[in-house]
Amino acid sequence: MSNKLIDIVNITKSFGENVVLDELNLYIRENEFLTLLGPSGCGKTTLLRILGGFETPNSGDIIFDGKNINNLPPNKRQLNTVFQKYALFSHMSIAENIAFGLKIKGKTKGYIQDKIHYALKLVNLEGYEDRTPDSLSGGQQQRIAIARAIVNEPKVLLLDEPLGALDLKLRQDMQYELIRLKNELGITFVYVTHDQEEALTMSDTIVVMNQGYIQQIGTPEDIYNEPQNAFVADFIGDSNILPATMVEDKVVKMLGATWQCVDVGFGRNKPVDAVIRPEDIDLVKPEEGIIEGVVTHLIFKGVHYEMEVLANNYELLVHSTDMFPVGTEVGIKVDPFDIQIMKKPESEDAEAVGIEE
Amino acid sequence: MKNRKLLTGPYLFWAASFIIIPLLMIVYYGMTDKEGHFTFMNLARITTPENLKALGLALLLSFISTLICLILAYPLAMILSEKSVNQTSFIVLIFILPMWMNFLLRTLAWQNLLEKNGIINMILEFFHLPDQTLINTPYAIVLGMVYNFLPFMVLPIYNVLSKIDKDVIFAARDLGANNMQTFSKIIFPLSIPGIISGITMVFVPSLTTFVISDLLGGSKILLIGNVIEQEFKQGSNWNVGSGLSLVLMIFIIASMALIAKYDKDGEGTAF
Repeated sequence: MSNKLIDIVNITKSFGENVVLDELNLYIRENEFLTLLGPSGCGKTTLLRILGGFETPNSGDIIFDGKNINNLPPNKRQLNTVFQKYALFSHMSIAENIAFGLKIKGKTKGYIQDKIHYALKLVNLEGYEDRTPDSLSGGQQQRIAIARAIVNEPKVLLLDEPLGALDLKLRQDMQYELIRLKNELGITFVYVTHDQEEALTMSDTIVVMNQGYIQQIGTPEDIYNEPQNAFVADFIGDSNILPATMVEDKVVKMLGATWQCVDVGFGRNKPVDAVIRPEDIDLVKPEEGIIEGVVTHLIFKGVHYEMEVLANNYELLVHSTDMFPVGTEVGIKVDPFDIQIMKKPESEDAEAVGIEE
Repeated sequence: MKNRKLLTGPYLFWAASFIIIPLLMIVYYGMTDKEGHFTFMNLARITTPENLKALGLALLLSFISTLICLILAYPLAMILSEKSVNQTSFIVLIFILPMWMNFLLRTLAWQNLLEKNGIINMILEFFHLPDQTLINTPYAIVLGMVYNFLPFMVLPIYNVLSKIDKDVIFAARDLGANNMQTFSKIIFPLSIPGIISGITMVFVPSLTTFVISDLLGGSKILLIGNVIEQEFKQGSNWNVGSGLSLVLMIFIIASMALIAKYDKDGEGTAF
């Protein structure tokens, strides 16, 4: 997890009038599990396709292992792709599918046989050599697609929402499977998804994207606990985003009260946004809280209760394992380190701020 | 459920009166002589030298026409399948448009073009070039077949090609295949169902046609279709005509069996 393997420099890509990626910079390290996370249309798949060589950027450079690969066709790149809808070759058996890349490279029969065996073992589908893709379930097809890619020993595996078409249980199993694979193979994974839970579970590094811009780069913990702007806070998990004023370092005014926090360096009396995760709000007896509120909605979610609490004209989303019936008057407390302060977006285009690394 | 079954009544009636009964009648005529006695003689009539020649020529010309259609249609279908839907629908329309014109009229138009004193020879004459014998040649018949049946080759191939997932092609490129390898190992094999159904849709009508050979081949070049037509109309010998039709059917059934073998998922026959 040290050397830069891929350097993406000032990539711009537009389809007609529509700018999909705007002057994007990003580097990917060796052995990293990097996830491009964002809503549909944020440019994450386009970026992956540029890496794979299926799209050409309008400007900018892709540096792979120190070499510019802008004009290298997909078949000459040292990376392989796992496609969203598997893209298996339906007229070939599973073994032929996996052998495809190796046959083209002119490997010997014995080598190919060994590799097929190894790859099928790796994805837990031994004995499926002679089946056809149509006879496999979605999850199995996806694992074959992964096997077909990794037998070529790419330096980087690109995965384009590979679990998107699978049901929830299978998706969770496959997440662990992918982490195991990545550790066994010791190669770089670039993973595209719109599923924040998937991103948080598997990644070393998450790149949150929106409207062609990178919003935040960080570890899953960074992204979840310290979102840098309202978009990231809103996109990753549930959150309460509140207008606030930074009175001075470590003191913030919001919801009509003054709160202790841990953030510094925003200046004095500056308007900011404050993020509080629903599970970080503690509901207590009215007299013990910093402010008071009334429970207006209550839903049982299994692991916890989801409540809405009306306090000083703000609806706060609260997750708690304790249940407070609708109408209960409660006190609200938040630990200082659970309040995350963000700069107010300067432009009107609040969600699409380009940020410096 | 009973009411629903009742709804199939008209179709059953249609199928019985216009498909099954006529077919049985052809079988009956084909297997009997004029007095109504059972015989294989009508089927055996295919073995006369003239009829064998007509069948052989029909097979040869249909084969050549089908091959030319395939060579012309495949690249066109590929170009079409790479265009966006808006552009394709216009080009497809251009190709289908002549099909809306009467088949006979189209063939007659070619007759006019190719005739000894026809338009092509007039143009040649204008430039003081020697006359060409165009009409009443096997080439003219092949031209007529290709012109009339080309859309039936383009559409099923286009249909199959446009259904190939772009990601499948990307995947082949991604795994190291160059453009040629992607075509020969992925695109072409995946398009075989379309090719098979295109081939049948051109080969079968070419094999049985008598209008094209009549108008563009004159009375000199007889195909098996012309022989059958003459038996019915000039010879008034329904028995021999039916017998020869049955023989032709065997060839067609054989080609259908070929489709059933390759076109397992029926994708190519969607057209």
